[in-house]
Amino acid sequence: MSAATAERTGSRNRLTSGQLPRYATLYTLAASIVVAAAIMGLMGFNWIGLAALSALIYLIAITVLSSVVENRRRATDRFIRGLVTVFFILALLPLISTLWTVVSKGIGVMSWSFISTSGGQSHIDPKTLELVTPQGALQAIVGTLEITGLATLFSVPIGLLTAIYLVEYAAPTFWLRRVVNFLVDVMTGIPSIVAGLFAFSLFTLLMGPKAFSGLSAAVALSVLMIPTVVRSSEEMLRLVPADLREAAYALGVTKFVTIVRIVIPTAIAGIATGITLAIARVIGETAPIFMAASFTDSFNANPFSGAMQTLPVMSYTGYKFPGQDIELSNNLAWGAALLLVIIVVILNLIARLVAMIFAPKTGR
Amino acid sequence: MSKNVNVKNLNVYYSDFLAVEGVSMDIAARSVTAFIGPSGCGKSTLLRTLNRMHEVIPGAHVEGQVLIDGDDLYGPGVDPVTVRRQIGMVFQRANPFPTMSIKDNVLAGVRLNNKRISRSDAEALVEKSLRGANLWNEVKDRLDKPGQGLSGGQQQRLCIARAIAVEPQILLMDEPCSALDPISTLAVEDLINELKDTYTVVIVTHNMQQAARISDKTAFFNIAGTGKPGKLIEYANTTEIFNNPTVKATEDYVSGRFG
Amino acid sequence: MSASSPALRKKTSAAAKARPADRVFKFLSTAAAVSIVVILAGVALFLIVRALPAIVANWGKSSELSGGVTQGFSSFWAYVAPLAFGTVWASLIALLMATPVALGIALFISHYSPRKLANGLGYIIDLLAAVPSVVFGLWGIIVMRPLLIPLQQWLNEYLGWLPFFSGKVTSTGSSILTGAVVLAVMVLPIITSISREIFLQTPKLHEEAALALGSTRWEMVRLAVFPYAKSGVISAVLLGLGRALGETMAVAMIISPAIIASFTIVTEGQNSQTIAANIALSFPIASGLQRDALIGTGLMLFVISLAVNMVARLIVSGNSGKKSKKKKKAEVAPPADEVSPASADESPVSVLHPRGHEASGATEGVTE
Repeated sequence: MSAATAERTGSRNRLTSGQLPRYATLYTLAASIVVAAAIMGLMGFNWIGLAALSALIYLIAITVLSSVVENRRRATDRFIRGLVTVFFILALLPLISTLWTVVSKGIGVMSWSFISTSGGQSHIDPKTLELVTPQGALQAIVGTLEITGLATLFSVPIGLLTAIYLVEYAAPTFWLRRVVNFLVDVMTGIPSIVAGLFAFSLFTLLMGPKAFSGLSAAVALSVLMIPTVVRSSEEMLRLVPADLREAAYALGVTKFVTIVRIVIPTAIAGIATGITLAIARVIGETAPIFMAASFTDSFNANPFSGAMQTLPVMSYTGYKFPGQDIELSNNLAWGAALLLVIIVVILNLIARLVAMIFAPKTGR
Repeated sequence: MSKNVNVKNLNVYYSDFLAVEGVSMDIAARSVTAFIGPSGCGKSTLLRTLNRMHEVIPGAHVEGQVLIDGDDLYGPGVDPVTVRRQIGMVFQRANPFPTMSIKDNVLAGVRLNNKRISRSDAEALVEKSLRGANLWNEVKDRLDKPGQGLSGGQQQRLCIARAIAVEPQILLMDEPCSALDPISTLAVEDLINELKDTYTVVIVTHNMQQAARISDKTAFFNIAGTGKPGKLIEYANTTEIFNNPTVKATEDYVSGRFG
Repeated sequence: MSASSPALRKKTSAAAKARPADRVFKFLSTAAAVSIVVILAGVALFLIVRALPAIVANWGKSSELSGGVTQGFSSFWAYVAPLAFGTVWASLIALLMATPVALGIALFISHYSPRKLANGLGYIIDLLAAVPSVVFGLWGIIVMRPLLIPLQQWLNEYLGWLPFFSGKVTSTGSSILTGAVVLAVMVLPIITSISREIFLQTPKLHEEAALALGSTRWEMVRLAVFPYAKSGVISAVLLGLGRALGETMAVAMIISPAIIASFTIVTEGQNSQTIAANIALSFPIASGLQRDALIGTGLMLFVISLAVNMVARLIVSGNSGKKSKKKKKAEVAPPADEVSPASADESPVSVLHPRGHEASGATEGVTE
């Protein structure tokens, strides 16, 4: 045995024969980029073209190389591996491009006064006698926070309690549970603009034709948010081991106390994360708010009457219905979009943090 | 402190399925009673009827009587929550509450039942219960650490401490050692031996040596086949069950010929 | 304490009533569940009540409906049909582009990327879902429109004999194709995250069996992963379709439409319009009965996306019986030795959740 091993030490390991060398992929990739750059050099350079061409050349090269040195099966494998990697990078491009565009376009108008003053009607400055249009997003920030806050206030109790009903109270085959389960699925599929139309219909039927209000928008958002909260909370509650409930019952603890003191605290990290992500999702909704709260340039902090501005709607109207100064309107739209993205990113970070902080520690 | 249990003609159902049929037995106060038998014979199910944990499962119900010192557990108007406060239970898998410290786990039964307890009383109760569960010396320096940080055997003893902290009259144990290593098992068995001075202990076990080591009386359950109800085959002093059983099936089982 | 311990009977009939908190809480949670029924009934009811006058009206004779945003249509159905077509058409094109990429990404994350990176990569894709649609709309206008003009000119010139690429090519880029590319980016994360979950649920044993036979990774995926995931992937795609159907802003901002049924995708001004975008664009300038007509189209959109969602879920529940019901997180949940209330009804459907799908990436933290 040892003699046989010794004999072979000089030669290559037979298990590696018929295989491309380890770093073949990297070499091929580098070569592809060089070739692609050369071709680009002839045709005129651009980054997207370079990336696309390199990917294409790489895919062809690695497949051909592998089918020559190795075999067809391996070639297919390497081709697919390359392809899914390319797809993944392809998906990153719009993400990076979007974020980059928003930041670079929005940073121009971003300033403390943009956040702290509200926009409004153009008026003539009495001192300089020039036409001044206040540029600010305060009315939209306030509107966004109030409408989303109200929506959260409506959705979280209903959503969480429904999840508790589904997990803790309803027997699996009980008709109400089946109906609610089905309807939550239905609700999940409601297009956001339909939710806006619902709120509009509801409030105009109840309060007359000019029923635009922040409250109406909050109702629309709740329709979108409730199913999300139900499903994420339900999932988290189901993850709480049945053992813990039994342990509590066996101590003579009532069901209510078991749910409130044992089940919910155990699942709270997941529930809070789910709720935060649900908020992050609806805070960017444009169409339903546009339908239900309309839009305005003036400051309105009362969610119970009158049109209300929000960041996404400000961004949309700035582009679609610009004022006299089109460039200015567009810039304000980008500013609002940037603020919105910042808020969404912060909410996502909070969700992550909450998940980490509330997670029960083992202390090992 | 401890009470006796009289089971009279008990049938246990999951919805329409009859899981355990016609069990009658008397369990004396301050004794250890072991339930043995092959898997699926209904011994765990029967144990869970003794503190009405059985009915946590939707559709589960019983016929017959379970008397605790003469009071019927299943009498009209009896609140299962009140029952469970007096009859503690330890489960197969250790299940300390993950959000609570060791100390809070021990106090859980008292606190969650909304009893006010002074700080000094609480500390005394924690020490007493943990000593009762032979865990005090191992955890006294880290009472504020999470209960889930303990080893498996320690967690199971923590669960026992949690169960005895509410001072039940009867302690039910559902295969408490099946997930433990031999050393932890020994610790829990020692503990059961001490517990029987104060409590009525009923334990379900798959381990016949364990039943022989720790119990005063043993009940053997068997099942005629899948889908058939489990039945109590023989119930007698442990020494008799293991050395001189009257029923053939019991003898086959304890001698390892089946099951 | 036991000496004074009261007999059970003493706490009898009063006992159940002595715990009002229990009953109140059960009532509240049941009421919340019932409120879901009420809300949904309300959505349907209010939409129908508002839309009915426009649906039954004689559009030729109504002075209101024969002008403005609803001008030139003989009835509600003549108005909604091309819009419904446009909605489905734009969504299908988007789906055609998004599906292969999304599945590739899901596969990359679940079976090709290093295990340690998988979570982080999944999170990056989920970030795409977090970007508000209005931002995608702006991005589409500024970046995608000019970027895609050369491609569309090329398609029109060389493949113009195909009906899709025929017509007068767009000069601004406001075509269905541009809109569909942005839509594709928006539905990508949904399809990806659901398929990823399903790919990850493939039983390890099947995968290892395939690898042990000497399969390459791709063969293993084809042999073990795809057959297992087929129905789940189909419904993931359908849920992506549901999302695309209801998407409003990106389409409203990018595509320059007309209310006609047209297959052309590289033109402008002669593109099909979608229901959602049409509502968003026409609503502010519509008058009473015209608004009712728009609400009617919204009702139709609701019906269409409902149908798509139902089909998706039917496919899943029809197949979930065959599959092992074990979820990815089953390690955290207890194995159900006995039928317990919490584990009695687990189906993979909870994974399939368009708006809430990110939540499944956030399950860390529950127990241990």
